[in-house]
Amino acid sequence: MDKIKLATIWLGGCSGCHMSFLDLDEWLFNLAEVAEMVYGPVVDAKEIPDDVDVFLVEGSLANVENLEMVREARRKSKFLIAFGDCAVTGNVPTMRNRIAKQSTVLERSYIETADVQAQIPGGMHTAPQLLSKVVPIHEAVKVDMHLPGCPPSAARIKAAIEELMAHHYEPLTGEKMIKFG
Amino acid sequence: MPKTITIDPVTRVEGHGKVTIRLNDDGSVDQARFHVAEFRGFERFCEGRPLEEMAGITARICGICPVSHLMASAKTGDAIYAVKIPPTGEKLRRVMNLGQIIQSHALSFFHLSSPDFVFGLDSDPKDRNIFGVMKADPDLARKGIRLRQFGQRVIEILGGKKIHPAWVAPGGVRTPLTEEGRQEIISRVAESKETTLLALSIFKGMLDQYKDEVEVFGNFPSLFMSLVGEDGEWEHYGGSVRFVDSQGNIVADKLDPMNYKQYVGEAVEADSYLKFPYYMPLGYPDGIYRVGPLARLNTCSHIGEGAPLAAAELMEFRQRGGGTVNMSLYYHYARLIEILAGVEFIERYMDDPHITDTRVRSIAGINQLEAVGVSEAPRGTLFHHYAVDADGMITKVNLIIATGQNNLAINNTVDQIAKHYIKGPEIPEGMLNRVEAGVRAYDPCLSCSTHAAGQMPLKVTLIGADGSILDEVTRG
Ligand code: SF4
Repeated sequence: MDKIKLATIWLGGCSGCHMSFLDLDEWLFNLAEVAEMVYGPVVDAKEIPDDVDVFLVEGSLANVENLEMVREARRKSKFLIAFGDCAVTGNVPTMRNRIAKQSTVLERSYIETADVQAQIPGGMHTAPQLLSKVVPIHEAVKVDMHLPGCPPSAARIKAAIEELMAHHYEPLTGEKMIKFG
Repeated sequence: MPKTITIDPVTRVEGHGKVTIRLNDDGSVDQARFHVAEFRGFERFCEGRPLEEMAGITARICGICPVSHLMASAKTGDAIYAVKIPPTGEKLRRVMNLGQIIQSHALSFFHLSSPDFVFGLDSDPKDRNIFGVMKADPDLARKGIRLRQFGQRVIEILGGKKIHPAWVAPGGVRTPLTEEGRQEIISRVAESKETTLLALSIFKGMLDQYKDEVEVFGNFPSLFMSLVGEDGEWEHYGGSVRFVDSQGNIVADKLDPMNYKQYVGEAVEADSYLKFPYYMPLGYPDGIYRVGPLARLNTCSHIGEGAPLAAAELMEFRQRGGGTVNMSLYYHYARLIEILAGVEFIERYMDDPHITDTRVRSIAGINQLEAVGVSEAPRGTLFHHYAVDADGMITKVNLIIATGQNNLAINNTVDQIAKHYIKGPEIPEGMLNRVEAGVRAYDPCLSCSTHAAGQMPLKVTLIGADGSILDEVTRG
């Protein structure tokens, strides 16, 4: 039985869900026996392979590159998990949405509080275009499982992954497993 | 044929970084730049929120160092309340902050950078990661995982959650340490010290193997800044700001964090969402300064009382590095020494008779309308500056983030490495990994630095001398 191809990615989030994944600690040894990390921030792969089995997508969609990446992740994976509250609801990053003029968000950081060469960055390779609104990933792609939590605890991540390893996709139940925050 | 190479994404760093390397017609490197491609705008969207929410919101700037934001935010809150927090409240905050320094530095050394040391910079990218280390050296990987777990457990025992605990608050902390929690922390001290000393011996053993990398991986003079204690000792929570120059002379001392605007300026460059802080009196870019583990060990006069092992290591660190250390690869070395100091100081706090006292929070209201809270995040000095109205609603926020202050230094490092290793259009993968390893030395938290996190780490795009994209070198 060859190993399950696991990939992870962080979009408009804080990386806390990935840190919670690493809080699986020594269980990572057990995971490594049944799964192989084929893409993600902790591995050096530069391209998403085409045959990903399970894709953990952390973070909201805040800019056009997030949008491109989540669509690519969807295209190249069988089972896509909205990993953490930012991916599931948009969470803290969406606080930007209630500000009417998005440009003021940039102006505060790059004009008002800058001492030298105040300008809005936008060089060719710099900064992907901000989306007008920060949105959760299910507004862009079909999500197979929502894993809430900010971040979901390592125990909750383990429960979800064990479900998938055993090839049944029953939803998690109980307050310990499905709680925001 | 002139080209520009973009390494995009930079892997095994936290957040989203991109490096572009512009080549001259003869293939030599004209310039290499480090860009950060993400923005969320915490400074703007926190306006109108109540002061007491700020710790919970700003923690979500970063999942690796949320505790730093909790600390800086709560200290800003203390100053706005104009309240003195109970002594045990401060001691517990310090224990949690040390727990974070341990877990974050262990992550950087074992999970993110050890693959470069275990497999070598030119090794196959496929196994050059924590899972590769788990296969090649399971014992080392397990020890590293357990060391990070120790730091995370300290945070969880105190705050109830390993990441984003809702525990630090203006006026102190919400819940005291239980005796049971104290016992568990004590029970893991010995193993943590042992693992850290092992990692130190491994790293010191490799210093001669990486002799020439040490010379060119971000080896240049700069100022260094960090908090230091009352009599100049290593400090991670309180104290005042000190700048030293590349020879170790104190340039400015006992600076009040409240006046950071007088000594920390911020410049903007067109090609990055990451602003460029500099030491104001020397102007931009001459006022370049580095923060974080290397800076803290350069600015402090001594490690402080109660950490004999770390004190001995600091002396050897300075002997090996030539007094004040300007070589950025020594950031890895400094992180290990800081883990050791963290474990020793936590051990000392656990012996403090008052550590399980239950009076851990002072209650007060809005007494000041503006304040600055500062703490040492694993990656460097972090400033939170809030203004509030009479009801305690935030009217203005400015955040000077740890990693951002190394932006100039990271750019210099990337430029130095690229110019040394990259010759001509064909660029072997190992060379690109050296540029990334230069960025990794700073253990940058890009999610923090632009108060944002975005797309994947480092990819390489070739740009012609005329600026047009000619080719995209991607690997893996
Ligand atoms: S859900 Fe929480 S922990 Fe996860 S990325 Fe978002 S803010 Fe960070």
